Amino acid sequence: MSELDLLAAVLAATLRAGTPLVLAALGELVTERSGVLNLGVEGMMLMGAVAGFIAAAASGDLALGIAAALLAGMAMALLFGVLALTLQANQVATGLALSIFGTGLSAFLGRGYVDAILGGVTPLAIPGLAQLPLLGPVLFDQDILVYASVILLLAVHRFLARSRFGLVLRAAGESPDAAHALGYPVIRIRYCAVMFGGAMSGLAGAYLSLAYTPMWTENMSAGRGWIALALVVFATWKPLRVLLGAYIFGGVSILQLNIQGAGFAFPPDLLATLPYLATIVVLALISRDVRRIRLNAPAALGKPFRPQT
Amino acid sequence: MMLPRLEQRAEAFWVARYLSPFLAAALALLCGGLLFASLGYDPLVAFHAFFIKPVSSLYGLGEVALKASPLLLCALGLAVGFRCKVWNIGAEGQFTTGAIAGGGLALAFPHGNGLWLLPAMILAGALGGMAWAAIPAFLRTRFNTNEILTSLMLSYVALLVLSYLVHGPWRDPAGFNFPQSRQFEDAALFPVLFAGTRVNLSCALPFAALPAVWVLLERSFIGFQIKVAGLAPAAAAYAGFKERHLVWLSLLLGGAFAGIAGVDEVAGPIGQLLPNISPGYGFAAIIVAFLGRLHPLGILFASLLMALIYLGGESVQVSLGLPLAVAGVFQGMLLFFLLGCDVFVRYRLRFGPGAAAASSP
Repeated sequence: MSELDLLAAVLAATLRAGTPLVLAALGELVTERSGVLNLGVEGMMLMGAVAGFIAAAASGDLALGIAAALLAGMAMALLFGVLALTLQANQVATGLALSIFGTGLSAFLGRGYVDAILGGVTPLAIPGLAQLPLLGPVLFDQDILVYASVILLLAVHRFLARSRFGLVLRAAGESPDAAHALGYPVIRIRYCAVMFGGAMSGLAGAYLSLAYTPMWTENMSAGRGWIALALVVFATWKPLRVLLGAYIFGGVSILQLNIQGAGFAFPPDLLATLPYLATIVVLALISRDVRRIRLNAPAALGKPFRPQT
Repeated sequence: MMLPRLEQRAEAFWVARYLSPFLAAALALLCGGLLFASLGYDPLVAFHAFFIKPVSSLYGLGEVALKASPLLLCALGLAVGFRCKVWNIGAEGQFTTGAIAGGGLALAFPHGNGLWLLPAMILAGALGGMAWAAIPAFLRTRFNTNEILTSLMLSYVALLVLSYLVHGPWRDPAGFNFPQSRQFEDAALFPVLFAGTRVNLSCALPFAALPAVWVLLERSFIGFQIKVAGLAPAAAAYAGFKERHLVWLSLLLGGAFAGIAGVDEVAGPIGQLLPNISPGYGFAAIIVAFLGRLHPLGILFASLLMALIYLGGESVQVSLGLPLAVAGVFQGMLLFFLLGCDVFVRYRLRFGPGAAAASSP
């Protein structure tokens, strides 16, 4: 293998490792921009992963698996919405409950599928572009979910920055009282945002169990849902920066695998701590600037809203 | 149409505040019954296997105490933080570093047979947990970093460090290459209190911690500061209560308690270091703290219930072949129902048009 091929392989793997983070962080970003903090990403992701795997294994159809993952993520998000938006429960506690519940329920549902084997999502080379040196294999010979994650991200960026509904969604997160006074249904908007977050987390889970490592194991997201939450802060609530952050984290986890593969005598367990430590360091560096966080974080983030008629 | 509506109460309804944990437990049981029925088991048989059989012997009652005590310790520490909205959700990691520190001491003194060894291990465990909790405390007070994410990330790190230790430097050379440390010597193990059970001296520790936490929360000036900081942060700041002090206090206390719980576990029922020393006690303790209304006595009862859920999960695994994850499903449902039932603390259910709806066009 030439060095260029090796570089291309590493970069392509980085993109794949970053994709579940792109998807989950994108969903959470939209949720948070509407003023809702959903800490249940990990639970929604695991439910997406297990639902996607079961549906795909039972039907033999990967598309059906992806659809099931989307629905599972949305069902979990609906549960969160009923508690945190309709019943006004504490968002932090509800999100934690969602993560614990999702971890338990996914382990329970997936118990018969731990050793099941599934042909995962295969790469879809884009004719013409896939033959480009370096860029071809990295960018244009990926599976459809990798393409989808980037397209979704650009769409969300445009939606939030340019569209009318995006403006209303941001208003619900910055000043729900003002949005309500103008006649916008804040709670309904927040429901939409939370459901989108659930769908994206479910899709991120499906990516793990159907494409990245096509199998189901208990707790297979291994903290990626929490890293996605950190990524939203890292991206200072701006979609395009999510892409950068997710691929940096993808790179760190691929680096860790490559160091192991290259035969360095470094304990694998300690190398595996790298993505988590990187998350902490990056989070500390970003949060250090209080003004920047305050300027960018949605002003009503995590605060329950009850319309005063 | 006569849709039920929620109407805000003028003040919090204290009856609902104390009733909602019971209502939540009842609803979780109901849903659990439906779950068992949907799997094709007779709910009554399953309930018997889940809740009655594990505690129908002295040994079983001892197991409840053994499982409740780490949950109680962790949850007591967490409750202090949760009261002032310091969300330490890394008790699992602090439990693990406590076990590493305490267990490491036991391994370092294989021939230590003095009475000093166990107290020293408890102290080491507390320090190990505190050290791990100090990182999120430092990052939050110095760099304004969200402690939810940092404490959770550190839990993954702690578990990997433990895995590294028992796979590498601390592996038992005579252990047939299994990832486990040497068995601790008798001097490094908590003595069993009642013959026929596994209840050991460490089960007494939470009962020393419980009154101390009660005094701290309910009868001390610091407890008052914690309460004010949680209910009205602006008022706390105006009164000159130092937020950073409360962050440090609650994380260090939570870390110390979780660390001691870790030592209790490895120097108690386990007796050595293994890659998996906790069946999620640190996370279940979050539920225990909420279910117990962040009050020491409530937490005591909640920890007993949670211990029973753990045991029930093991019991149905053995007798009905159900997966252990059933316990996790129960735990999650319990917290959901609690959060849902809590709505009645602040709101009342009204049918028909109310005053607000009638006045608006």
